[in-house]
Amino acid sequence: MTDRMPAWADAILVPLISLILAAIFSAIVIAAIGENPLEALELMIEGALGSTYGWGYTLYYATNFMFTGLAVAIAFHARMFNIGGEGQVLVGGLGVAIILLYLPLPHWTVALVAAMLMAAAFGAAWAAIPAYLQAKRGSHIVITTIMFNFIAAALLNWALVGPLKAPGQEPATPRFADSTHLPTLHDVFSVIGIDWSSAAPANVTLFVAVAACIGLWALIWRTRLGYEIRAFGSSEPAARYAGINPTRIIMVSMLISGGLAGCMAINNVQGEAERLVLNAAEGAGFIGIAVALMGRSHPFGVFLAALLFGFLYQGGAELALWMNIQRELIVVIQALVILFTGALDNMIRMPLERIFLTFRRRPDVPKPDRKSTSAEAAE
Amino acid sequence: MTPTPAIELKGISKAFGPVQANKDISIAVMPGTIHGIIGENGAGKSTLMSILYGFYKADKGEIFINGKKTEIPDSQAAIAAGIGMVFQHFKLVQNFTVLENVVLGAEDSGLLRPSLARARRELEALAREYELSVDPDALIQDIGVGMQQRVEILKALYRGADILILDEPTGVLTPAEADHLFRILEGLKREGKTIVLITHKLREIMEITDTVSVMRRGEMTATVATADTDPSQLAELMVGRKVLLQVEKTPAQPRETILEVENLNVTDDKGVHRVKDVSFSIRAGEILGIAGVAGNGQSELLEVLGGYERGTGHVRIRGQEIDLTGAKSDGQSRRRRGISHVPEDRQREGLIMNFHAWENVAFGYHHDPAYQKNALFMNNAAIREDTEAKMRRFDVRPPNPQLTAKSFSGGNQQKIVLAREIERNPDLLLVGQPTRGVDIGAIEFIHQQIVALRDAGKAILLVSVELDEIMGLADRIAVMFDGRIMGERLPSETNERELGLLMAGITDTTTPHGHREVEANLAERHGEVR
Repeated sequence: MTDRMPAWADAILVPLISLILAAIFSAIVIAAIGENPLEALELMIEGALGSTYGWGYTLYYATNFMFTGLAVAIAFHARMFNIGGEGQVLVGGLGVAIILLYLPLPHWTVALVAAMLMAAAFGAAWAAIPAYLQAKRGSHIVITTIMFNFIAAALLNWALVGPLKAPGQEPATPRFADSTHLPTLHDVFSVIGIDWSSAAPANVTLFVAVAACIGLWALIWRTRLGYEIRAFGSSEPAARYAGINPTRIIMVSMLISGGLAGCMAINNVQGEAERLVLNAAEGAGFIGIAVALMGRSHPFGVFLAALLFGFLYQGGAELALWMNIQRELIVVIQALVILFTGALDNMIRMPLERIFLTFRRRPDVPKPDRKSTSAEAAE
Repeated sequence: MTPTPAIELKGISKAFGPVQANKDISIAVMPGTIHGIIGENGAGKSTLMSILYGFYKADKGEIFINGKKTEIPDSQAAIAAGIGMVFQHFKLVQNFTVLENVVLGAEDSGLLRPSLARARRELEALAREYELSVDPDALIQDIGVGMQQRVEILKALYRGADILILDEPTGVLTPAEADHLFRILEGLKREGKTIVLITHKLREIMEITDTVSVMRRGEMTATVATADTDPSQLAELMVGRKVLLQVEKTPAQPRETILEVENLNVTDDKGVHRVKDVSFSIRAGEILGIAGVAGNGQSELLEVLGGYERGTGHVRIRGQEIDLTGAKSDGQSRRRRGISHVPEDRQREGLIMNFHAWENVAFGYHHDPAYQKNALFMNNAAIREDTEAKMRRFDVRPPNPQLTAKSFSGGNQQKIVLAREIERNPDLLLVGQPTRGVDIGAIEFIHQQIVALRDAGKAILLVSVELDEIMGLADRIAVMFDGRIMGERLPSETNERELGLLMAGITDTTTPHGHREVEANLAERHGEVR
């Protein structure tokens, strides 16, 4: 007696229909400015997925979005809406820059571990303050985390024109030592004899991000902490009854969230820029919200959604480059995807659910639905 | 010639997704009668009345009001057809006066003053006619529950209702208030109004209705004259098989003292003093029942004993003091001390509705070493296995640990909670409202389990607003009113009238008391609590 549609429809069909709708509306927008939507789509696919260069960018963006998406997802399991990913990324970048600038590290592996720890610690610390205010003072986490984004941007500003500034005109740190540069996918794949573009920024951080997806999945669905986080996020009165400490769950989930967001800095700061620049996050913190929404806060969903958004980012950049489509319009297309997959999710879900239920009512003897329950177990 | 029915429903069907809430229901309610509709939770009573009041649209079927076929697409149409509804949860604006609430939505014009003046005159007339006196200028938040219910009835009458539907009207009333309500209903009936009373309480049906219709699983199983039936026949019609209305148990064999509570006080986070100097004890092998109208401190008592509300005073388990305020005082620490807790609100506290059954069986006991694989991971397979065994022992249907809590019926949800708590073999079991929203068949089973635990030599604290349940299960009865225990009685030496007076805060139970006195006492306490 399940009153819902099967899990596969919830996880795959709904986002798929949302995407198709977003694509249709994007096509209308592109057609309206006098360009050919099909040509645009072809260009996007070619630009993002047609070469190892395109893939290199798509995967680079996807890596960013995996971290920020996971950050939003884990907080969401505790019913904390962490929209401070952007700030946590920036402060994580600060941590990366500090350790890579001031500590001579002999090899990239050591540098990666050190930078990761710093990035996570700084990002987590930045999330800790709003978390503490929420847990102890009841200050709304949405308000505080978004305000902390501005503070983080200002802090970065100050650091880059002040103590961390490289000689010269630009508000940026000096370049990190060569020994700390992360291998790109070109370096990785050349070991096994695959020729990969050396111009694209995707680097070993991708594997860290994938590992983070798997690790977070295990944390949420296989550990006691994950169980407590999900319990608290589903029902606070029930969590209290069970003796789950709300303060602890809020703090821990937000620390993990901030730490994951901060870790994005090893991709963009250490991996790509190899120094810290202004506005290093480039909005990835906010994209993470859409990624988590589309991925249903499930780490594997986040992985897929991050790939999609990586594709949109890179494909969009290609459109701007090769067609008479302005950069702003690319933002519109991305916004449409976010709108349909995130905000208007229920618009698709409700009618679809009704259709499923209508079809299920037909057989007169309702039996416990084996199929959907085993699908649920797959979580 | 028979008179035209005030309400006649023909072939009403309504489905929500795969659930057939109403199946081809036909019923005729005669004018000037009190017609009871009885059935278990989820039998479809509320759905049927919601269709009549225009909240839902029937998939099939016709509605006739006074012999005329009527479409009721919304509640406005229902009111226009002369139907008034008193909901279980009142729909009143707390910081409006009685008068303003009565007029709300039925104003004569854009200007309020003339409407209020007219309403005042009509309220006075209605009060004289039906013993429905209320102070028109009192704020809703300052008057008691019984009074609020009367405002709801007045609202319906003011809108010209000839047919009044009451949905579980006595759920929040003391027995004395319920008696008063029934007198009001009798008065309305004498004036020719038609009343439909929805309830799950057999006693009320027998006491006040002329005709009773029984619903089961969306179908109308019978309509009989109340005089021609009896409670056990009605119960059988409701459940579909013979049921034991009386709990079967032997006299208690109390042994050593398990729980001692001394001068317990609880002040909630809004600063309201909820539990006041409460002292009692429970011995192994006995059930202490706490009776009282909801909201008189019973919930807070359970919460503080269960570890998730702070309190002052002394609580001892087997002579050992329990920390009531420290940082380590929580649900976990209580479970380690052998206290299990079936909370009052299983959907809000006892279960996580979107968790699987197995996740819910581990709930609160998720630190149990048997549920861990190693230091890092939980042993989900072991929990599932344990859950399936518990589900079978407690007859949970279907015994599938993979289903989410919300896909079980109320009774089966409660069995999952009971299985989890009782199978821990606690020294003390706290049980709040064990059968709220539970079907009769499951009630029988749940009561048996509680008695079995008692007979196994455990101490049980039972909190319930159902007086029948307390009378049937408890070995001793304490009555709570306004945070205090008004007195303790033995079930064999007391009766509902006496308990009812204690529930209204009247300790002198030897002299007769009218409902006005009960009411004054309740109103006084209500003002104080605020």
